[in-house]
Amino acid sequence: MSTQQQEPEQPESQEAPEDPEMRGAESPVDEREKAGGDIDQTTADRSELEGETILIKVFRYDPEVADKQEPRFDEFHVPFEKGMTVLDAVMYARDNYDSSLTFRHSCRQAVCGSDAFFVNGKQRLGCKTQMADLEHPVRIEPLPHQEVVKDLVVDMDHFYDQMHTVEPYFQSEDTPDASDLEEQRQSRENREKVKMSTRCIWCGACMSSCNIAAGDNEYLGPAAINKAYRFAMDDREDADIKEHRLRILEQEHGVWRCQTQFSCTEVCPKDIPLTEHIQELKREAVKKNLKFW
Amino acid sequence: MYEHDVIVVGAGGAGLRAAVAADEAGADVALVSKLHPVRSHTGAAEGGINAALREGDDWELHAYDTMKGSDYLGDAPAVETLTQDAPEDTITLEHWGMPFSREEDGRVSQRPFGGLSFPRTTYAGAETGHHLLHVMYEQVVKRGIQVYDEWYVMDLATTDEDDPNDRECHGIVAYDVQSGNVEGFKANDGVVLATGGPGQAFDHTTNAVSCTGDGHAMAYRAGAPLEDMEFIQFHPTSLPSTGVLISEGVRGEGGILYNNEGERFMFEHGYANNDGELASRDVVARAELTEVQEGRGVNDEYVHLDMRHLGEERILDRLENILHLAEDFEGVDGLVEPMPVKPGQHYAMGGIEVDENGQTCINGLYAAGECACVSVHGGNRLGGNALPELIVFGKRAGYHAAGKDLGDPEIKTGYGDDVEDETETELPVQPGTAGLDSSGGVAADGGVTADAEGILERKVENAREHVDYLMEKDDGVQHAEIRQKLQNAMTDYVNVFRTEEGVKKALRLIRECREEYQDVYVDDPSRTFNTDLQQTIETRNLIDVAETIALGALVRNEFRGAHWRQENQIRDDENWLKHTLISWEDGEPKIFYRPVILEGQDKTYEPKERSY
Ligand SMILES: Cc1cc2nc3c(=O)[nH]c(=O)nc-3n(C[C@H](O)[C@H](O)[C@H](O)COP(=O)(O)OP(=O)(O)OC[C@H]3O[C@@H](n4cnc5c(N)ncnc54)[C@H](O)[C@@H]3O)c2cc1C
Ligand code: SF4
Ligand code: FES
Repeated sequence: MSTQQQEPEQPESQEAPEDPEMRGAESPVDEREKAGGDIDQTTADRSELEGETILIKVFRYDPEVADKQEPRFDEFHVPFEKGMTVLDAVMYARDNYDSSLTFRHSCRQAVCGSDAFFVNGKQRLGCKTQMADLEHPVRIEPLPHQEVVKDLVVDMDHFYDQMHTVEPYFQSEDTPDASDLEEQRQSRENREKVKMSTRCIWCGACMSSCNIAAGDNEYLGPAAINKAYRFAMDDREDADIKEHRLRILEQEHGVWRCQTQFSCTEVCPKDIPLTEHIQELKREAVKKNLKFW
Repeated sequence: MYEHDVIVVGAGGAGLRAAVAADEAGADVALVSKLHPVRSHTGAAEGGINAALREGDDWELHAYDTMKGSDYLGDAPAVETLTQDAPEDTITLEHWGMPFSREEDGRVSQRPFGGLSFPRTTYAGAETGHHLLHVMYEQVVKRGIQVYDEWYVMDLATTDEDDPNDRECHGIVAYDVQSGNVEGFKANDGVVLATGGPGQAFDHTTNAVSCTGDGHAMAYRAGAPLEDMEFIQFHPTSLPSTGVLISEGVRGEGGILYNNEGERFMFEHGYANNDGELASRDVVARAELTEVQEGRGVNDEYVHLDMRHLGEERILDRLENILHLAEDFEGVDGLVEPMPVKPGQHYAMGGIEVDENGQTCINGLYAAGECACVSVHGGNRLGGNALPELIVFGKRAGYHAAGKDLGDPEIKTGYGDDVEDETETELPVQPGTAGLDSSGGVAADGGVTADAEGILERKVENAREHVDYLMEKDDGVQHAEIRQKLQNAMTDYVNVFRTEEGVKKALRLIRECREEYQDVYVDDPSRTFNTDLQQTIETRNLIDVAETIALGALVRNEFRGAHWRQENQIRDDENWLKHTLISWEDGEPKIFYRPVILEGQDKTYEPKERSY
């Protein structure tokens, strides 16, 4: 199933409370258009949460389990602790209330890219999002525009496929012989230029936030284009390889699809200026006189 | 059933490097990993890769530092292989496009790190591991190597001759996390375990949730000994609330540690009069805890790491990632205030016993990376020495498994005539299996040792039954409860400071965990992406691994490297220049020792006092 087509059912609360707000809830996609759901809290406000419980509403779906085949929201009351992240909250709920609550996670420190969720209507990395910075109750859903496998787990295959399309590996014909211990030289400026683009952790938040990707399944998407940027801008690759890369990017479902809405840039947990990178590649393609779409 | 020449279990730095090497050697290789490769914990490494690349430095200096850092429990052939191969293997990463930080002249940058006599830690910002992991994965994509991602490996298909040295590994049993299907994977030439560290055996750790010692436990139960498991590195600078690591790079760049009285205690209290903050990790970790125990800790819990004096420009240039970590996970702005830090479990020096070619005593079974013990790190790993280990020994294991001749190893493996049995120590409880949780041998139920396929099929059948059993049981204990108890036992009693009584208490608690595990059940009824099931199996592995750590800590009554014992606070070279080995024999741990090799290629490393 996909979050695009399904309307979540009414909440089936773990601990009774009825929540009118959740009745006839919109699908995650519609919700996405709304504001991020942040509240600008001062540290003083944050500490007021100490000792309280926070209500989280978590999207549930399992194709195999009778009462989860229809998507629903479950509610969990999680005791707040200073520094608690969205990931901490769902882990607490899983370990203390319902061990079948399912989500990907591993590093807990924003490097493995496993836990991008749709939190209060915005793509965010669970382990990097402080509960204290969110409006309560906190709504946690799987990434929109991807097939849901179960609960918060989405199918990432399409994302990986797009990443693989751009030949995501360094290509150079004549690297020195490694046994001579000679590295390729690279200027600090050039390293700096590609630095941000190399930080991508493949979390998929950008792709999920992108309207164009939602409408055109073949669109390479911001992460894959950024991956290509990472190589195309690296001076260690030769000019003809750079041209080859630009040809991949300027194809029908490539850079020209981007309508500079900046949604990807807004959600990227690694602060990669994705839209800027896409724009720069468009300019490069024009310079090289490659065909427009 | 799937079939490949070489099967690599785990797709972190070590597994990916092994797969590329096996591919280079012409083998049909597949990676099987419970996480997608780019999710592996290698991505969390921050500081850098040690390699003697520059004039004024050479592999012999690196070997000397490593031996000294290991407190003379590293094996010289392993240490020399590491330090000789690291330069070329690091440059190879550069040739594959790794975005290393650069000098003015365009060459890769290196920085000082603790315990090193030369600034040889090659780095890419404060996110070296992330880049290494992605560059290695790029090579796997480029070569079209088959990846089975989100497949959880449960067991090895090994024959069951009485002597593990006669056994042979023919493949693995894994289940597809997405569908729950259990399948066999036949390996015609070899299986390489590259499953990473066992940090989840502890409560406060820099390791990922996925670091559950699965490879350790599988190899152990198949008969390959675990070596020097008592040697656990506690990193001196992890964030108190989450265990997230603040890289040693901060101290390498000049960061300073203060106690609550504003004293630079590494010098002012004489812990390391020469190297101060850059003394070896075990020295700094003990110093911090001593400060806290003596009432000079901040909030009685931690100390401060200050980098403000380095200035914004330098911090942003070299340590930007640290600012994000301190802000996101501790709410502290490292540019305007010092960061709270305390020791956290970080690295396992010990692991599956292998030789320089990555091979265990079981034919066709290899291990590389943090789950293996060659031994390069001995009693204590130097910062920046794990990443080169991944690429150097990952590569060698991949080559050897694919049939490439790397010469005869000097390091011996398995139980043989060069080992000595443990006879002295009295155990507080009977360790080992508590019944149901034993993994039955193939021939155990009367069958004659079958051919490779037969063995694999039987193992697959066992695994399916085991999964069915766990899923069909309706009530009992849940894994989370047992895991928490285990982690607390280890963090309370097998931490930086160890006493005989404490370790014995831990062994009793581990025994209780085993007994409770008899009644474990999986609540989630679904076969689809059942993480409840996966964590239940992982918890069993953690119990086995934790037990070997505690057993090693109990028998080794001396103070060496990261292992400190209250009852004998000296490095006892007369009795303890030897590795602790623990193997699983009919469901019980058997403990024995093998002498350390201090003879290198053309010199002997004489144990010297380790002062910093
Ligand atoms: C925070 C941190 C910072 C560090 N910084 C440095 C540094 O600066 N320099 C340095 O030299 N070292 C550093 N280290 C140490 C070093 O990073 C690790 O030792 C190393 O990355 C481990 O790599 P690996 O390939 O052995 O395992 P991992 O990268 O952990 O990979 C393990 C793989 O095994 C797979 N796996 C595990 N179990 C199973 C199973 N049952 N079935 C299938 N697959 C399985 C996982 O999916 C994963 O792909 C650091 C460690 C940490 C935690
Ligand atoms: S570009 Fe940013 S949002 Fe997109 S996958 Fe990479 S890290 Fe995630
Ligand atoms: S758990 Fe790894 S990025 Fe959040």
